[in-house]
Amino acid sequence: MRFFEDLVVGQRRELGSFTFTAELIKKFAVQFDPQRFHLDEEEGRNSLFGGLAASGWHVGSVCMKLLVADGQRQAAEAAARGEKVAIWGPSPGFRELRWIRPVLAGDTISFASELESLRTSEKRPEWGIAQARNSGTNQRGEPVFSLLATAFVPRRNTA
Amino acid sequence: MKLTLEDFKPGHFGSFGPRRVTREEILAFAAEFDPQPMHLDEEAAKRSMLKGLSGSGWHLCSIMMRMMFDGFIGRTASLGSPGVNELRWLAPLRPDDELTLDIEVTEARVSRSRPETGVVTFHGVARNAAGEPLCEIVTPIIVERRVDAAAESR
Repeated sequence: MRFFEDLVVGQRRELGSFTFTAELIKKFAVQFDPQRFHLDEEEGRNSLFGGLAASGWHVGSVCMKLLVADGQRQAAEAAARGEKVAIWGPSPGFRELRWIRPVLAGDTISFASELESLRTSEKRPEWGIAQARNSGTNQRGEPVFSLLATAFVPRRNTA
Repeated sequence: MKLTLEDFKPGHFGSFGPRRVTREEILAFAAEFDPQPMHLDEEAAKRSMLKGLSGSGWHLCSIMMRMMFDGFIGRTASLGSPGVNELRWLAPLRPDDELTLDIEVTEARVSRSRPETGVVTFHGVARNAAGEPLCEIVTPIIVERRVDAAAESR
């Protein structure tokens, strides 16, 4: 992971992709969101989604999974170059989450993250605050998911 | 009879839970979706801003979804949700927290794009047993209208 000082508004990271199989969709839904269109193909086809659809919380959680994996890759690269590794802080939340299109069984979603704003924290001078637009696109290039996330990022010289 | 748009009026709607969240659940979710040290490793978590092992924010959201399902969405003619207007993680979710979820309806109206359906916007607050708010959410869901009400607007 990078420090606050290394970040530039507009920077975009491709986070990788994930295939939502029927099995994974149902496994998540049984636990957290057992609405009929997330559990059963026939019910999904008869719903507004038009097929067995992943819970929106499953899509968001997978985006988080790929963000963390990307951060770990960046940390490993920094460590390999002999640089100090930044450990990002928690997130105070997000806004404007849009489930734009359903994620249906078999869809492969590619996720990306683009930095929208950077500011320093008055209350916590050792941290900066980054806002990023995280998004998902399906195998046909259609946007399916987007949110504006906020995270605490460590500053280089005070850490 | 499932709940439809007509059953949701602005104001307090209900309180749901308690739902206890175990350490095992926190570790299992974090391992699959959010393997940051603050959610997986006791020692690393102590050194983090959250000062101790905490559940992933996405785990808390997913549990809130389940609490809403068990509380009312499971018996609502829900057609899904277009998104979340705002979500704030206010305090960490800790192992063995007992969560309650307070739900308020902030708006209930006929959908402009699909007048045979309604849009109900909820403001939810999840709290631990001490009453401390952990997460706040504002989210709309699309619901069916009562058959006779929907027919009148056609």
